[in-house]
Amino acid sequence: MKLDSLIPAPLRKPAKPGSGNGVAKPAPSDLKTAPPERPSEGQQMLDRAKEAPADVLAWVDQRTAASGFLTGMLYRKVPKGTNWFYTLGSATLFAFIVQAVTGVFLAMFYVPSATEAYASISHINNEVFLGQFVHGMHKWGASVMVILIFLHMGRTFFFGAYKYPRELNWVIGVVLLILTMTMAFTGYLLPFDQRSFWASIVGININGTGPVVGPYLSDFLRAGPELGATTLARFYAIHMLLIPGALIALIGAHMYLVVKLGTTAPPWVRAQRPKVAASVSQLDAGANGGGNGRAR
Amino acid sequence: MTRRRVFTVAAQGLGGLAGAAIVLPAVGFAVAPIFHRGKERWEVVGPIDDFVDDTYRQVVFTETEGIADAGKTLAYVRKGSKELGEDPGEIIAVSNRCAHLGCPVRFVEAAGNFICPCHGGVYDFVGKVLGGPPVRPLDRFQTRIRRGQVEIGPRYSVTSQLEPVRARDPGEFTGGVWEYLYPPRPSTFPPP
Repeated sequence: MKLDSLIPAPLRKPAKPGSGNGVAKPAPSDLKTAPPERPSEGQQMLDRAKEAPADVLAWVDQRTAASGFLTGMLYRKVPKGTNWFYTLGSATLFAFIVQAVTGVFLAMFYVPSATEAYASISHINNEVFLGQFVHGMHKWGASVMVILIFLHMGRTFFFGAYKYPRELNWVIGVVLLILTMTMAFTGYLLPFDQRSFWASIVGININGTGPVVGPYLSDFLRAGPELGATTLARFYAIHMLLIPGALIALIGAHMYLVVKLGTTAPPWVRAQRPKVAASVSQLDAGANGGGNGRAR
Repeated sequence: MTRRRVFTVAAQGLGGLAGAAIVLPAVGFAVAPIFHRGKERWEVVGPIDDFVDDTYRQVVFTETEGIADAGKTLAYVRKGSKELGEDPGEIIAVSNRCAHLGCPVRFVEAAGNFICPCHGGVYDFVGKVLGGPPVRPLDRFQTRIRRGQVEIGPRYSVTSQLEPVRARDPGEFTGGVWEYLYPPRPSTFPPP
């Protein structure tokens, strides 16, 4: 209740129907004769100070009208049976945020040059304060994100949540998966050690085995016939500029559709008959003595 | 055509033009390396007397400049062998890049074969596939002799009959219809 006063009225959780607005208080018996209640000067100041945060939010809300959208999004109904498996998508989003944040800070020390990349990663790992920790978060977080995506995808598939009207969100999700794989592939080269060098060569060669366009795709990825200095710059640009932009845009679209269409109940939860229909049929069976056909 | 329609079409056309003016140069910039062929590079790897015709000698040379040791590659070099029907005057340089996925193969003297550590590809003495996943014989490098010194030049690939073709990436077949399915890239050099 205390916390509620910090939230402007339009943003508060809507009360349940019939529960009243919490101000119902019996009127005093001497309503007509009693002097009006006036709070003291200090009390008024205090009350106004308490309202300040809500006032600020209300100021923003008056100018953006965001509260309608926010209440709709934050207090939307979820189906019966919603369980922990439904958090896998949010977990993936969290993994992405971790990657984005740690990536930004790694970029402060990393040098995308063929001759200096390895040294800069060694510098991050061995000398920068918490460098190995942040690098480790980015490195292991990448695997975590890929694993979470597949778990999230499995949840969606096995719960049948890809069906009408959510097919488009499945398609967007597949594009997000491909973009994440591209992130994983381009990020792998950046430390420029033996493992990343050879893994990238093998990966590019697998790309090249696609008929007709494969060889050109390989040249495009390498920026030439052999993996060279430009390849690293190219992978770096794809890894931290091109794909993240597309990822953020598509995550936005993905989440918009989740909010817009709502989530599904798990397949083991049966659809319930609407309550109104049940009471009418009882009415038919009982009070009307068999029903006259017009009650429905 | 109404005045309103003329303005609509003109505005959309101008917008499209402005968009193309931004996107096309950017795309061209990104795909240009596909059509660019670098300078031919020749490197001296030793006097001609260093090489024999019945076994290989390893030479390490720079294939890609600007990335220090990562740009180096290894070739197995020997003279042409009369027994194998080759010209004894020529120098044969076989790349150690496996034709499967590009791992480094090793010449095993006792077996007289090239063996790849990654997925078990095996090549015979001249580099033809004996077994495993490789799709074509080992690549070769152009060679020439200048003032008694052997020089190694651009890479080229060979068909299963050892006919030279433009360099292909590992995993790509050569010869016959494969020449169309895995077309030669403009960034590679013509075969000898």
